[in-house]
Amino acid sequence: MIDLLQTPVFGIIISIVAYEIGLSIYRKTKLPIFNPLLIAIIIVIGFLLAFDIDLETYNLGGDFISVFLTPATVILAVPLYNKLEILKKSYKEILIGIALGSTASVISVLLLAKLFNVNESLLLSLIPKSITTPVGVEVSKQLGGIPSITVAAIIITGILGAVLGPSLCRLFKIKDKLAIGIAMGTSSHAVGTTKAIEMGEIEGAMSGLAIGVAALITVLVAPIIVKILL
Amino acid sequence: MKLLRQFCFVLALGLLGDLIKKMLNLPLPGSVIGMILLFLLLYFKVVKVENLKEISNFLLDHLAFFFIPAGVGLMAYIGILKDNWLEIGGISLITTVLVFLVTGSTIQFLRKRWIK
Repeated sequence: MIDLLQTPVFGIIISIVAYEIGLSIYRKTKLPIFNPLLIAIIIVIGFLLAFDIDLETYNLGGDFISVFLTPATVILAVPLYNKLEILKKSYKEILIGIALGSTASVISVLLLAKLFNVNESLLLSLIPKSITTPVGVEVSKQLGGIPSITVAAIIITGILGAVLGPSLCRLFKIKDKLAIGIAMGTSSHAVGTTKAIEMGEIEGAMSGLAIGVAALITVLVAPIIVKILL
Repeated sequence: MKLLRQFCFVLALGLLGDLIKKMLNLPLPGSVIGMILLFLLLYFKVVKVENLKEISNFLLDHLAFFFIPAGVGLMAYIGILKDNWLEIGGISLITTVLVFLVTGSTIQFLRKRWIK
């Protein structure tokens, strides 16, 4: 039985089925908390734990799916290009917003970690938690953090942004579509962008842009802020 | 063949991005450099956006799905998360809300000001 699972097919099928279940629950309830990605992750983890299947077995198929992450990021240039006029008109506001947001992210992680009396290596691991995983891991290593904690925090942050984003817009009365998109991408990278794309074309395009810009700004400011505040 | 051809092109851009990252030692991942490359190709009309319609619809429609394995990968960190779940969860939640607020309201405020 277990041998039958030792092929990429298992990981792919369970991911698609879990995502379909997630989508149908989300479509029925329309509640952002029932985010299809979140539900799918919980279903797959639950299934693996219940049947004592290890992560490596799942990843035979999981790695196959992850191959699509790079082209999916590259293609974010298309929605951005489609909104070229907005980008040309508002690039200054966009840059200022992302710069402030990314700086706020690093400073707030640092101050909160001190407040919670978190040990230094955990603190440093959380610093790049708002940016896209490959860059976040590099920043974490450079600062002296633990990359695996960084990856976990980045994924948790992404899911939080995707789940909470729409409610945060209402709570803080952010109605400007461009502002929403940039806020999604700056706070919760590509996972937030999955939700932004669902919210609308402008939101999706701007969120995709923010992934790259926020990563770049964080690379530049994080070491400086850590040096000053730590 | 249309979809496969377009997919091959986008994959190649990602690979080219990785190559540029390695050669120039840039602090951005190959995928983001690939995104910049594709944007430039579109901007300078080397590539027509219509010729990427099928692949961009496919990838963007399933964007969230592609992140499932990364999320399931959290399983590997259950040990670390168990010991520090309150700190990691609490800090992630508060800072995500804060970054959202700072970024979103700054841009909304500036755009209202500057447009007038």
